[in-house]
Amino acid sequence: MYQLSSVTQTYERRGQIVTALDNADLTIPDNDFIAIVGPSGSGKTTLLSVLGGMLAPSTGDVMLDGQSLYDLSVEERTALRGQKIGFVFQSFNLISWLTARENVQIPLMLSGKTAKQQEERAMEMLDRVGLSDRTDHRPSEMSQGQQQRVALARTLANDPQIILADEPTGNLDSETRQQVMNYLNEFHQDGRTIVMVTHDADTAAFAHRTIRLVAGVTHEVSMARAA
Amino acid sequence: MKLRHLIWKELWQRPTPMLTSLLAVTLGVTALVAIQNITVFSERKIAGDMESLGANVLVLPPSVTLQDYYGADMHGHTMPEEYVTRLALARLPGVENLAPKLCVEADVDTIPVTLTGILPKSEFQAKASWQGLGMLGNAVGSDRGCCATAADTGQADNDPNSLATTRTIAELGDRDVILGRDLASQLGAKTGDTLPLLGEDFTVLTVLPSTGTIDDGRMFAHLHSVQDLSGAGPVVNVIEIMACCEDAAGGLITNLSAELPETRIVTIAQVVQTQVAVNGLMSRLSWVFLSILLLVGGASIASVMYANVTERRKEIGTLMAIGASRNFVTQMFLGKAAILGLAGGAAGFIVGTIVAAVLGPQLLGIHVRPMPMLLGVGMASATIVAVVASLLPARRAAGLDPCLVFNDA
Repeated sequence: MYQLSSVTQTYERRGQIVTALDNADLTIPDNDFIAIVGPSGSGKTTLLSVLGGMLAPSTGDVMLDGQSLYDLSVEERTALRGQKIGFVFQSFNLISWLTARENVQIPLMLSGKTAKQQEERAMEMLDRVGLSDRTDHRPSEMSQGQQQRVALARTLANDPQIILADEPTGNLDSETRQQVMNYLNEFHQDGRTIVMVTHDADTAAFAHRTIRLVAGVTHEVSMARAA
Repeated sequence: MKLRHLIWKELWQRPTPMLTSLLAVTLGVTALVAIQNITVFSERKIAGDMESLGANVLVLPPSVTLQDYYGADMHGHTMPEEYVTRLALARLPGVENLAPKLCVEADVDTIPVTLTGILPKSEFQAKASWQGLGMLGNAVGSDRGCCATAADTGQADNDPNSLATTRTIAELGDRDVILGRDLASQLGAKTGDTLPLLGEDFTVLTVLPSTGTIDDGRMFAHLHSVQDLSGAGPVVNVIEIMACCEDAAGGLITNLSAELPETRIVTIAQVVQTQVAVNGLMSRLSWVFLSILLLVGGASIASVMYANVTERRKEIGTLMAIGASRNFVTQMFLGKAAILGLAGGAAGFIVGTIVAAVLGPQLLGIHVRPMPMLLGVGMASATIVAVVASLLPARRAAGLDPCLVFNDA
């Protein structure tokens, strides 16, 4: 469970202080599916970075499963990310010179799995997203939707408890978007917590909760049903 | 999949800039290996030549600057032959044998030749005054038991071919000539042929085996015949002395200088030292070349690595987001640098050895063999340079903010 208390994040840009998160309070229970919406520059990505343990807030506390995230060292947070948190990116962020299988193997390699364990798990995950026939293809040899499914397989590789998704359907057509959201919904039903940043109301509608960020301030918008 | 697999695949993903860096590193190691290889084998050859040379001390006219041991009589300056007698009479300990020489230009059937007058050992014995001193029952000086290690005066020098290696000959008639291998080929002459020389007919006593020196292009005749027929008179250009090795390196030179103050005494060791000094210079230069080229290679690698970090920012951020530690990212770049260094070192060793094997015989007449030690030196130095050059880029990569993976970061 995430617990954000009075989290403020400020940047200095050209001598001016910009407030990305302003005294934000947010509780995200386990197995929640939350959409974070808001205009550009409202602090959505900053919030995702803070939740991912990659950006220490200027003030405030971020607790994950009862542990203060930013009391951990950089290396400890990195290790925690590898174990508990999976990421889904808008532009997929696959490594272009590795095959689909190798891309899925990366988090497994980083968590110290053997080559055999990596391969078996990667094949299992690619099979789950319907790409068992594309394991040796490079990203450039696959469609956008297939690339995002490889990215989803990579996200699931270490069986993370939390998935942080940054505009996961932003680069996809409507049919593929539906497919990707179905997968995210599946992952949620597996018991995972999903935190998704999106501009798209249709995509946000898949979430149980929607949080609107305006000028760094969080507003609970709705408790919707999962699609 | 392991880190090395990741490094290897990425390396081949962007081969051009890496090959450029690799080339610079390879050139540095090539220069080192080629020069060191040639230098080492050149020194070994010199050492071998020194061992095989009978004459290890030269007595020269004072104004002569010695450029080449084998061409010590080619300078045109002369000194009286009487110095030979003085040296013999002085009975200096350590002197094993004497070989005076006079070099003149002549023609054989309009072909210009270098004619060298030499004094056979029998000539010494013919001189009653020397015999009276009891010196020549044996080789000069050997009856005094001076040598713990005798200079090689040649047990086989009754054979005229011994001139090629021992610089002395036992017998030589007034109208005999000995031909160097190249000159014999040029004249089309063989043993037993008669050649017109300085208005007289000479018989070819033998054709010397090839020595790889200027002696191959020379013609040797009796010193007195050369003096008489050339009109040079009783003079010589050089007196070669076969001396005991220990004495040649010790007090003999002082004694010789005292005996013949009008001359210049040069030991073969000095000649060798000059060559050794040149080799030492080459050796040091090879390190300079290595340093410069590795510096260039290092700068090139650093530049390529910086560009690589910039190009791969999002990729590195993604890796860090999904669990790659800073240490892992650092290892990724340093591992790549190490591969470049090892490959550059190995390639430089191979190319450098080939260059040395090709140029060694052509430039210095030496045959070189691979020196495994240089493989270690080349690979170690190239790897160290490559890794050190990549430290800052790797640190920069490891310090990247993983937040840049997000869409609007």
